[in-house]
Amino acid sequence: MHPFLLYRRYSFLLAQLVKRDFKTKYRRSILGVLWSLLNPLLIMVVQYLVFSTLFRFDIPNYAVYLLIGIVFFNYMSEATSQAMTCIVQNASLINKVYMPKYIYPFSRVLSTGVNFIFSLIALYLVIISSGMTIRFSHLTLLFDFICLFVFICGISFFLATIMVFFRDTQFLYTIVITIWTYLTPIFYPESILPAHMMIVMKLNPMYHFIRFARFVILEGGVPDPKAWFYCALFALLSISLGYFIFKKAENKFILYL
Amino acid sequence: MIELTHVTMKFRMANDRILSLKEFVVKFLTRKIKFKEFTALEDVSFKINQGEVVGIIGRNGAGKSTLLKIISGILMPTQGMVQVKGSIAPMLELGAGFDMDLTARENIFLNGAILGYSKQYLLDKYNDIVEFAELHEFMEVPIRNFSSGMIMRLAFSIATLVEPDILIVDEILSVGDTEFQKKSSKRMRELMSGGTTVIMVSHSIQQIRELCSKAVWLDRGKVIMVGECNEVCDSYMKQML
Repeated sequence: MHPFLLYRRYSFLLAQLVKRDFKTKYRRSILGVLWSLLNPLLIMVVQYLVFSTLFRFDIPNYAVYLLIGIVFFNYMSEATSQAMTCIVQNASLINKVYMPKYIYPFSRVLSTGVNFIFSLIALYLVIISSGMTIRFSHLTLLFDFICLFVFICGISFFLATIMVFFRDTQFLYTIVITIWTYLTPIFYPESILPAHMMIVMKLNPMYHFIRFARFVILEGGVPDPKAWFYCALFALLSISLGYFIFKKAENKFILYL
Repeated sequence: MIELTHVTMKFRMANDRILSLKEFVVKFLTRKIKFKEFTALEDVSFKINQGEVVGIIGRNGAGKSTLLKIISGILMPTQGMVQVKGSIAPMLELGAGFDMDLTARENIFLNGAILGYSKQYLLDKYNDIVEFAELHEFMEVPIRNFSSGMIMRLAFSIATLVEPDILIVDEILSVGDTEFQKKSSKRMRELMSGGTTVIMVSHSIQQIRELCSKAVWLDRGKVIMVGECNEVCDSYMKQML
């Protein structure tokens, strides 16, 4: 049966796993779920202080500009890092019970997605408090979120697969994430980049997802068709490649755990 | 109904399991990767009809657990086909997927979901599970505060209070104190005589004779004999002497 048809059958299991991840994350902490809201806000405050006083980037509404980048990039890095180790960490379970293996990375992307939603609330608090208006065009962000989600799923499938065969992936990936952070205009404006770096930027999927959201929120308009196309393209590329590799290898996982 | 046709399971074991990229590149370049093949099951074919209680016997390393894993769908056979009709409850380990930080109540739903039961079904069975485990006053307590006996009681109750079409048991389960052991082995017997297809592995031939109607004798991955339980057990014992 096709895995996405199976979704209905396993939706209860997915819900349980997401609930588990979310509950255990904040168990024994006093502020609990509030941390999902506070975390991006605190990072934003720190980076805002550093970059608005130290480097003096000339960006209007810098706080919002910065927070959009942080929220999007954090979701990507958190979800993919979590999903990367999911097969390896659930080795004992995989050895004992049968369930479709895509459930493991998918549930991690979903449970960090709950976090992402809280960060979005934080983002909107900042948007409102900085006096910007929320327009109907913000609905186009839904498309952006879906593309980001699908893109993250693809990367997660890919990482979870190679992590099973090569355990150094996790160390390599932290470096990749660091490089990726600097290659994405999260805290700096695109305008400071030299022309040849813009070519690299065009190949960076995160750049397109973040740019889409910034255009909608900061410029208050609907992005041009090209922006929509790039988001969809990277999402589809990532999911088809990631899922293909995952499916090819999933029956061998158990031999390497 | 379960049918296995020409099932062969081979494990390819590298002389050292290579789990890092660096090692892989180095060994690949120096051509030091050698694979040793290990055949856990070879050309296994048999059929189990609905309602049969089947015991699998054989010495250590005969491939009994591998066989159970293949029937449960955890392992994919290298060759051959496995056909299974009906829902399977694998009881290879109790409490698979328990989370120590969650309460007993939350764990019932998590573990139940992992074993493949629906929300409605678990809600219906919830009281029976609590009743059987005798843990009424502890349901809202995180199970990290439980004793190991209490955890096993909870796990056993979840695993057996559901009625699967096919039950797969690795070694007969009896957990907890004497009182609970009696209760749990009674429950196992009830399940086995209740029309459920059961496949069990046990080293106790006496237990197999007592519970099973059919037996499969495995030796070094090959089926030596399939048939009526006592016959197979007799020949097995004769060979062991």
